[in-house]
Amino acid sequence: MNETAGAPTSGAEGRSADGDHLVHLLSEMLRIRRFEERCVELYSRSAIRGFLHLGIGEEACAVGVMVALSPQDAVVSTYREHGHALARGLSMRAAMAELEGKVEGCSRGRGGSMHLFDAATCFYGGNGIVAGGLPLAVGLALADHLQGRRRVTACFFGDGAVAEGEFHESMNLAALWHLPVLFCCENNLYAMGTAIKFTESETDLSLKAASYRIPAWEVDGMDVLAVEEAARQAAEAVREGGGPHFLEMRTYRFRAHSMYDPDRYRDKSEIEAWKERDPILALTAQLSDRGVLAEGDLGRLEDAVSAEVDDAVAYADAGTDEPLEDLERFVTSEVSAGGSAR
Amino acid sequence: MSVITYREAVKQAIREALARDERVFVMGEDVGHYGGCYAVTLGLLEEFGAERIRDTPLSESAFVGAGIGAALGGMRPIVEVMTVNFSLLALDQIMNNAATLLYMSGGQFNVPLVIRMATGAGRQVAAQHSHSLEGWFAHIPGLRLLAPATIADARGMLWPALNDPDPVIIFEHAMLYNTEGELDDEPAPLDISTAAVRRTGSDVTIIAYGGTLRTALGAADQLAGDGVSAEVIDLRCLRPLDAATFVSSVTRTHRAVVVDEGWRSGSLSAEVSARITEQVFYDLDAPVARVCSAEVPMPYAKHLEDEAIPQVADVVAAVHQLGA
Repeated sequence: MNETAGAPTSGAEGRSADGDHLVHLLSEMLRIRRFEERCVELYSRSAIRGFLHLGIGEEACAVGVMVALSPQDAVVSTYREHGHALARGLSMRAAMAELEGKVEGCSRGRGGSMHLFDAATCFYGGNGIVAGGLPLAVGLALADHLQGRRRVTACFFGDGAVAEGEFHESMNLAALWHLPVLFCCENNLYAMGTAIKFTESETDLSLKAASYRIPAWEVDGMDVLAVEEAARQAAEAVREGGGPHFLEMRTYRFRAHSMYDPDRYRDKSEIEAWKERDPILALTAQLSDRGVLAEGDLGRLEDAVSAEVDDAVAYADAGTDEPLEDLERFVTSEVSAGGSAR
Repeated sequence: MSVITYREAVKQAIREALARDERVFVMGEDVGHYGGCYAVTLGLLEEFGAERIRDTPLSESAFVGAGIGAALGGMRPIVEVMTVNFSLLALDQIMNNAATLLYMSGGQFNVPLVIRMATGAGRQVAAQHSHSLEGWFAHIPGLRLLAPATIADARGMLWPALNDPDPVIIFEHAMLYNTEGELDDEPAPLDISTAAVRRTGSDVTIIAYGGTLRTALGAADQLAGDGVSAEVIDLRCLRPLDAATFVSSVTRTHRAVVVDEGWRSGSLSAEVSARITEQVFYDLDAPVARVCSAEVPMPYAKHLEDEAIPQVADVVAAVHQLGA
C-alpha cells in the first residue's frame, strides 16, 4: 500500500482492536481528503490538467465499502474515483504520478484522474462513461461464477447512472444470473449539474434495484460506520451466494462537479447544511467522545497523512515523461496472436 | 475433404473452441434455445449446456460489456450480436471499454474477447438490418476486425481470434451462411493478419472482403472472357489492414478497383484507395476506382436493393473504365 510515509493508522498504545479499526477508518478518510485538497493546489499550478472530479464529502462511501472487501475482490469505479483507489490500497504515489501525467503513474500517464487502474489491487478502473462500468462488473462476476471463484465485485456508480440503459440492463442481467456483484450507488443528488428531482420519476433509487429482485437498501453515506456495516452485510451475502446486492449511499460532494464547474445550480445553504455532516468531522467527534482519540492523536494522524501526501507529490514531481516513441504502446498487447502491430 | 456450408463451418469452429478450452463460452440473443438467429449455434445448448451457451436478454450493451468483464476475469467469451445494426446499441462498450482499456490502463488490462456479428444486405430486410458498418469499426484503434469470406476462413479464423489477447470482431456476411464449399477434414491453422490473393492476374487488382469477394471473383470470371486478367485480393483482416499484399499486387497490375458494400464516403474502400495512392501512386496507370453501396438507407424492394449494392456488372464496368 503506502510505500513511504507509513501513516500510523493503528496500533497506538493501549487502544483496543476496535479502537484501532475506528482510527484506521478516520485515517483513510483523511488520506483521501488531504490528497484531493492537494490536487486542487496542483491544478492551480497546472501540474494537473484535464478533468478533475473531487469526491470531497463522499469519503465515507469509499472507505466504508473498501474495508468490507477482501484483497481478492474486484472493484469497478467511476471517474470520481480517487477515494475508491486510495481506500482500495492503490499507492498514493502512483495515483499522484498519474494525475501529473507521469510514466510512474498507475496508468503510465495514459489515463489521468478519471482512469486510475491497478491490477495488483484488482482495481478495474475509473470509467469516464456514466454507467459504463456496470456491464464490466457483471462480466467480472460472471467470470467468477463460471470459474467457481468466491469473489465479490464491487461496482461504484453515481445517481446519474440510474438514468442510463446500461444501469437497467446490468441490474437485470446480474439478478437474472444471480451474479456476485455488490452495486454501490453513491447518490450525491446531482447528475453533474442537474438535481435528481429534475431527472428521475422515482428518486428512491433502491426501489429501482428492488424492482429487479435485488436486495437493496439505503444507508447514510456520511456515516462511515453505517456504510461499513451495510457493506459488510451486503458483501457477505454476495459472497455466500446470495446474488447481487445494492446499496444506495446518500451522500454529497462539497465541491463542484469538476474544476470547470462554476456550481451555479446549488444553494450555498444546502452545501453548508451538508458540510455540517462532514463524515470526517463526525467520526472525529465520535472518537473523541468515546475516548478512542486521545489528546494529540488527531494531530499525529494529520501529520502522517500530510507526510504521505508530500511524499506522493514529490514522487510525482520527480517523475518522468513517457518517451514519445512509446505513444502507441499498449494500443494492443505487446505479444499479439495476429503477430503484427496495429 | 468434404463439402459444408459456411454456417456449418462457423458452428464447427465454435464447437471446437468450446471443446478445446473450458474458458470459452457463447453468449448472445437467441443463441441457446432458438439455436441462433442464423442457426449457427443450433444444437450447442444441448451439447454444452446452459452455462456455456447463454441466452441473453435483448441488452446489447450489457451483454457485450459483460463479455468484456468476463474476458478481464479470465474467460474467453464469444459474444454473438445478431446483426451489425444492433451492435450500435453496444458501441459504447466496444469503443470506450473493449478497445480502450488496455491503453487507458497503461498496459495492465487486456480484453481477450471475440464478438461475432452478421453484416450486409441481400435479404430484403431493409434499412435497419442490412448495412455494412465494418468501416466504422475499422476506424477504432485497439480492435482487430476479421471478415471471413470463405468456408476455410469461417472455419479457421475463430481459434486464432480467441487466442488474440485483444478484442476481435468477426463480421459474417449474412448472404454467406448458406453458401457451400470444400473444407479439408484437418484444416490447417490460419493467420488472422494477412490478406489473401484469391485469384492471380496481371491487368487489374480487384480488392474485396466478406460478401463482396464473390462479386469480385464473378467479375474476374467475366473479365477473363473479355481478355482481361484480374487479380482478386481478399482483405480478410480489415484492421489492421495488410496493405502490403494489395499494394504489391497493384505494383504489378498498375490498376485497382476496390469493392465495398459499405457506403462510399468515409469507407474502408476510401482507406484502401488512400493507402494505394500514398504508397504506389507512380505505379498506377489509372486512378483507383471504387464500387460501393449507393448512399441510401438500404431499401426493401428487391430491384432497389440490388441496385444499391455492388454487383458483378458494376465491377466489370469499373475495370473497363480503367482502360483494362
